[in-house]
Amino acid sequence: MISLRELRIHGRGGQGSVTAAELIAVAAFAGGVYAQAFPAFGVERRGAPVQAFVRFDNQKVRLRSQVYEPDYIIVQDSTLIRDVNVFQGLKKGGIVIVNTEKALTYPIPEGVKVITIDATSVALKHLGLPITNTTLMGAFAAASGEIALPALEGAIRQRFPGELADKNIAAAREAFEFVKGVS
Amino acid sequence: MMEFMEGSHAVAHSVKHCRPEVIAAYPITPQTHIVEALAEMVANCHLDAEYITVESEFSALSACLGASAAGSRVYSATTSQGLALMFEVCFNCAGMRMPVVMSIVNRALGAPLSIWNDQQDSISLRDSGWLQFYAEDNQEAADLHYLAYKVAEDRNVLLPAFVCFDGFILSHTYEPVDMLTQEQVDSYLPKYTPVQRLDSADPISFGLFASPEYYMEFRYQIDQAVKGAAKTIASAGREFGEMFGRDYGDLVESYRLEDADCAIVAMGSICGTVKDAIDEMRKDNKKVGLLRLRSFRPFPHKEVRAALSGVNCVAVLDKNVSLGTKGAVALEVRDALYGQQVPVLDYIIALGGRDVRKKDIRAVVDMAGQGKGDLFYGLRQELVS
Repeated sequence: MISLRELRIHGRGGQGSVTAAELIAVAAFAGGVYAQAFPAFGVERRGAPVQAFVRFDNQKVRLRSQVYEPDYIIVQDSTLIRDVNVFQGLKKGGIVIVNTEKALTYPIPEGVKVITIDATSVALKHLGLPITNTTLMGAFAAASGEIALPALEGAIRQRFPGELADKNIAAAREAFEFVKGVS
Repeated sequence: MMEFMEGSHAVAHSVKHCRPEVIAAYPITPQTHIVEALAEMVANCHLDAEYITVESEFSALSACLGASAAGSRVYSATTSQGLALMFEVCFNCAGMRMPVVMSIVNRALGAPLSIWNDQQDSISLRDSGWLQFYAEDNQEAADLHYLAYKVAEDRNVLLPAFVCFDGFILSHTYEPVDMLTQEQVDSYLPKYTPVQRLDSADPISFGLFASPEYYMEFRYQIDQAVKGAAKTIASAGREFGEMFGRDYGDLVESYRLEDADCAIVAMGSICGTVKDAIDEMRKDNKKVGLLRLRSFRPFPHKEVRAALSGVNCVAVLDKNVSLGTKGAVALEVRDALYGQQVPVLDYIIALGGRDVRKKDIRAVVDMAGQGKGDLFYGLRQELVS
């Protein structure tokens, strides 16, 4: 039986990590999964390292601690890897999605799957802004299978008005297809 | 209907369903999304209430007190320093027997300044005469507001009530909540009919001068009302359970306590983590259970005594400390168990937002098994030696 799965999102203040956690959880809930999303509570400043978390389970989640041993990690900004041990606690067989246009030169823990995607370029193309959270949500949907693309699109549409939703959905779709292609 | 919501928004919606006529709040840190959401509902005509923005928390609760005296159902929300500034008005609300309901989004008190969670704020008002309920999750945080109004306004009670839920850990967390409809709430919570109110046609006064010949009798009656509220909570909580399937008639919740050697006692969101830790310990044949207090005022002495009668040790998790003695929950539990031989050990834990993991709960149980307790759990020794 599949039990609790956990996601940790690393980003910088202003990149929408908390929104990403929320929308991923909304999409999971829409798919019939019990989900719980919350930020690492802190004094949020633009550019400062931030974290947000999502738990997925087939039953009610009671646990209230932060996420220390995630199954999935999303890194919104690869420059964080220098400052923060973003891989900390990752489970064996876990999946890491890193937003970077370059190949990773950092040591990757053994037994984990790393997917790199140039989410900044995808976001710039569709949104005209380097805000990568919706793009990375699409990548997460493809890599993890935790959320379906239509559910994610629904969550985005619920959050953003008309054209802005269309643009974010286009970014999420491109990332989804890209990750499906490489994995 | 099951909805996926942030804790603060779930509470804002349940408050809306209670149809408060006057809401007063001070919109500065520390404040929460609750009053922000309610302000929007009032501005968009989704809630027919007088929304008073005031210049301080002292004024926020004073406005609620005045409006309640005039016969309105009132609401406010606050946290940490905001509640501290309401201290004087809190005693007045209880003393004048005003059924004000206020959400306390639990956070630490300064100094040092902290924005993070513990339960020092509401616990520090434990002697004020307000009822105090503590929620484990956002479902309960939302539901307890219905119960709070029902109990507070009952003519056998007529006391103000805190609905306490952990700041950030619940208030900022998105999870599924079964929201009642307006019709459902209307069928449970009738329109407020004040027993007495300010009325220029039939003038009365509240909160007047009481000389030594009268003061103690007033205090006695408030004390009796707090104690007696347990009966009303039981009936109102059962009624809620019969109508909507979630029974809040018990002031405590027992989790795997039947055959437990060691009992943990706690309040609020930490209990979720404790339950998961207990399930793990049970797999290792450690007989641990939890007694969760949903009501701290009135304090369920009888229920605590009954629930803990068979255990060999009691580990109390206190997210507060009465500096110079112990945590407030441990003091009450010891009082409840007075004359029994079971050791009650206190663990001051998670102050100022320090995270608690399942392994911390296991560590506490191990310490309790060795008779080691009455301490601040998880101190960074290098900082205090």
